[in-house]
Amino acid sequence: MKYWHIFLAFFIPGILGYGGGPASIPLVENEVVRRYEWMSVQDFSEMLALANSLPGPIATKMAGFIGYDEGGVLGAFVGVFAAVAPSLIIMILLLGVLYKYKDSSKVKRLTQYVRPVIAILLGVMAWRFFQESYDGVGLWQTALITVSSYLLIERMKVHPAFVIAAALVYGGLFLG
Amino acid sequence: MRTHWDLFIAFFRIGMLGYGGGPGSIPLIHKEVVEKYKWMDDEDFGDLLALANTLPGPIATKLAGYIGHNVSGFWGMINAVLATIIPTIALMIILLTSLSSIDDLPWVQGMTAAVIPVVGMMLAVLTWQFLNKAGKGMGWLQTGIMSVVIFALLYFLNVHPGIVIGVLLIIALVMKDKSKKEEKTEDKLEEKAEQRDRSQGGQSS
Repeated sequence: MKYWHIFLAFFIPGILGYGGGPASIPLVENEVVRRYEWMSVQDFSEMLALANSLPGPIATKMAGFIGYDEGGVLGAFVGVFAAVAPSLIIMILLLGVLYKYKDSSKVKRLTQYVRPVIAILLGVMAWRFFQESYDGVGLWQTALITVSSYLLIERMKVHPAFVIAAALVYGGLFLG
Repeated sequence: MRTHWDLFIAFFRIGMLGYGGGPGSIPLIHKEVVEKYKWMDDEDFGDLLALANTLPGPIATKLAGYIGHNVSGFWGMINAVLATIIPTIALMIILLTSLSSIDDLPWVQGMTAAVIPVVGMMLAVLTWQFLNKAGKGMGWLQTGIMSVVIFALLYFLNVHPGIVIGVLLIIALVMKDKSKKEEKTEDKLEEKAEQRDRSQGGQSS
């Protein structure tokens, strides 16, 4: 039963995550935090921070880690398989058909229509993270870290891994 | 054996250097697959990328799996996918499990507290990117209306996002097209697809 749940928790985001790996982040959160309650919002954000500062595809890192956390090595295997296999199998089997329609407006609309859903889910998730932070360390710390990390990553193009490392040091020294 | 080793090394490098999630590794895949090992030409790669983008799921593994399959069949596919994902998953598990064993120390809690707003900010930026693409693709009015309706469905009526996405996908496929441009491009694509089928058939037999 557990492995079936792990399978479902990553199969659904894998098959619905239009827009590559990042699109499946909020869908994974929906399954893992809200439906199965395997992790708290805080655990999930910790995991996401670490996943973001490591290289490689994000969806499989989440699937591998959460699967492992819930069901050991077999759990990790099931999670990764569920995340990767369905769309890969579709791609290899249906290549001819897909090729024919890849520029049709119907197929393009598929990705189009899913974008607002992903945006809403991501937005709400961001909001929950800020709220969690507000409850934990208060308004000023939350604002300070948010604004400075935004400036560093988005404006000064510092690599996220460095910014996360800096945040870890700051938190260890001043927020402990 | 040589090919398998090449596949493994190519996708191992891609996995270990692809910062920024799956999409961050696309240029690296191009470099290895097109420039270094010449498994595909530029045009094929562009087509593959467009195709992979119209399908759901993680992009890096779709590309790795397909290219691996093309280069050396089923085991090529398994090899390329594993080389892409195993190293980073292993790192992740090692780091997180060692972190959770010292979770109760106050300075560790301080560290995680400081990381939450950073991730929140990154998610907010990602939110904006998805909204912006949606707005540019189908207009801001439609995006705005859709967003409000979707928000209400998800958070006031508690509908599972899978159901919302499923319904939208059906609408996208059923809705009638008005453009005529489509027919022209479709003919051209059909030709290409046939060529591709033929070359594929040759390889698998």
